[in-house]
Amino acid sequence: MPDDLSMSLPALPPTEEIAALVAAKLNLEGPLLPILHELQETYGYIPENALGIMAEALNITRAEVHGVVSFYHDFRSRPAGRHVIKICRAEACQAMGGAALGAAVLERLGVEWHGTTPDGAITIEPIYCLGLCACGPAAMVDGRLIGRATFETVIEPIGERVK
Amino acid sequence: MKFYVPRDAAAKALGADAVAAEIGRLAQARGLDIEIVRNGSRGMMWLEPLVEVDREEGRVGYGPVMPGDVAAILDGSAQSLGPVEEIPFFAKQNRLTFARVGLIDPLSLAEYEENGGLIGLRRALGMSGEEITREVTESGLRGRGGAGFPAGIKWETVRKAEADRKYIVCNADEGDSGTFADRMLLEGDPFCLIEGMVIAGLAVGAKKGFVYMRSEYPDAIEVLDLSLKVAREAGLIGRSVLGSGQAFDLEMRVGAGAYVCGEETSLLNSLEGKRGVVRAKPPLPALEGLFGKPTVVNNLLTLGSIPIIMAKGAAFYASFGLGHSKGTMPIQIAGNVKYGGLFETAFGMPLGELVHDVAGGTATGRPVKAVQVGGPLGAYFAPEQFDTPFGYEEFDGAGGLIGHAGIVVFDDSADMLGMARFAMEFCAVESCGKCTPCRIGAVRGVETIDRIAAGEAEAVPLLEDLCEVMKDGSLCALGGFTPYPVLSALRLFPEEFGRAKEAAE
Ligand SMILES: Cc1cc2nc3c(=O)[nH]c(=O)nc-3n(C[C@H](O)[C@H](O)[C@H](O)COP(=O)(O)O)c2cc1C
Ligand code: FES
Repeated sequence: MPDDLSMSLPALPPTEEIAALVAAKLNLEGPLLPILHELQETYGYIPENALGIMAEALNITRAEVHGVVSFYHDFRSRPAGRHVIKICRAEACQAMGGAALGAAVLERLGVEWHGTTPDGAITIEPIYCLGLCACGPAAMVDGRLIGRATFETVIEPIGERVK
Repeated sequence: MKFYVPRDAAAKALGADAVAAEIGRLAQARGLDIEIVRNGSRGMMWLEPLVEVDREEGRVGYGPVMPGDVAAILDGSAQSLGPVEEIPFFAKQNRLTFARVGLIDPLSLAEYEENGGLIGLRRALGMSGEEITREVTESGLRGRGGAGFPAGIKWETVRKAEADRKYIVCNADEGDSGTFADRMLLEGDPFCLIEGMVIAGLAVGAKKGFVYMRSEYPDAIEVLDLSLKVAREAGLIGRSVLGSGQAFDLEMRVGAGAYVCGEETSLLNSLEGKRGVVRAKPPLPALEGLFGKPTVVNNLLTLGSIPIIMAKGAAFYASFGLGHSKGTMPIQIAGNVKYGGLFETAFGMPLGELVHDVAGGTATGRPVKAVQVGGPLGAYFAPEQFDTPFGYEEFDGAGGLIGHAGIVVFDDSADMLGMARFAMEFCAVESCGKCTPCRIGAVRGVETIDRIAAGEAEAVPLLEDLCEVMKDGSLCALGGFTPYPVLSALRLFPEEFGRAKEAAE
């Protein structure tokens, strides 16, 4: 996932805290994905120092853990902006003008897909189907679903000034 | 007075929560004694948020409802749609798998039972695994995830396999654009899936099941999570299913945004905590699946059809349908349509009837140009092919596939070269990277289509060659079927690829 290099990384969370989150899931069959979801939920991204902790706990290499993290679109290696806009790019939404909606939002924010505005306010991501295909175009803004989305309904929920 | 306001994700995306809140607020202000049930969606998305009111003389519907309409509904002065079951889109269906969706409170096990739930499981508890499996085989039920493999035959392989552990895995990754039936069934009737999985466990001798959910479905995740708690407390799952002494437990897992993880072997790797790369087959997951153990991997709709089959018998289910496509299919009508949503019907309805009569043509009112059936790996169909009956073999014969039964309609403004390019681009983004034809082929496909778009019609044969290589050489249907939308767009609309119509035929 391309990152916005202008954003600096926050301080890494304490090792013991991460280790505790990891340990709490070790009784599951196939615990790595649940662990990664938990980390991302807690910190908003997968902290660099968590890789080694997971590797050790699961008895696999750090490279293997990195391989898993980087495989999945959902996991971030650095935090997203304060708001996240996801716009569906898939076919059914395209049939209802989804591509134009995506283009308009990108243009207004002045970023590319996966980009974050320079003030760190908004990250915009493509998503491929939210299951709202009979009321497209669809979007998700800070976890809230929007059907028959328009430029206004996508931007509106974000309280911050959109330049 | 009882109000029904769907908790379905699509209804919420169109404002159902605000409507429910307004009903509560106004009722309180007026001192009315009301109950609000958050049901599933009836599947008529153009009417969402669809509110139903029961004034003790049957339920009547209103929709689409905005918060400002609530006062008139409370007064009884709002124009109603009448009983929802009588709306033509609904009345024309054969709701077997979706019988309870929209009708009941999804989290009430009591309502589930009052409406036909658990009859199938109770019957299965008195049968041997072999008998249950035979019933499923005789029903003719085929996999609803795309490949259409007979469910009973898969179960029989797992049942016969010798192992200390076996698993049931529900594929709820539902990645295809234009599909939302898995989501709607889960959000509207989660116990139906749970019952189906318990029966599958009894049939093959598995004591553990996983539901692999896509992360793009937060509402379905919430409903499944809540329903698993209810099911465990009621003894529907756990150490002794309904007091039978037979164990079966279920766990939910959430994917992480990879389309390819809907492919069953990639899904199994993902569940094991690995990269979601595709495994070569054989070995079949039925013999060496999750953690190397015999595993049933079935689509959510396949498993969700089991309770009705066990309750009413194989012959009842098999009496619906056409040829080798037995039973009903929850068809999802999406994209640019006037009346979109979920339409469960016996196999056999011609595509054109679905698009024109059921869905009422396009939302924009313009002519239909093409429809894509079966998700991003499905072929485009033009109106000339609208007599094709909705069935596995029938669609195969017409150069397409039904997949997970999503129909995406496009009007005449659609850019078909652009859609072909998107198919290749999607494959490139989502390829697991294991095989070259898919990983590299898709990237070359995008480049080749860009050359054609720039006026280089000579690149068309190159695109056709590339598609052949992807079809023949890919490890799974991601690379193998991406040529379907690409080549069908090229065949149906050659002029958009810089070719005269005859030249392509
Ligand atoms: C790229 C790809 C994506 C797939 N996505 C899904 C999916 O989201 N849901 C699903 O049930 N099957 C999906 N399948 C089909 C599964 O591999 C498998 O055939 C299915 O889960 C078996 O269950 P069934 O027999 O009940 O259909 C996909 C296949 C491929 C190649
Ligand atoms: S295609 Fe956009 S929500 Fe399904």
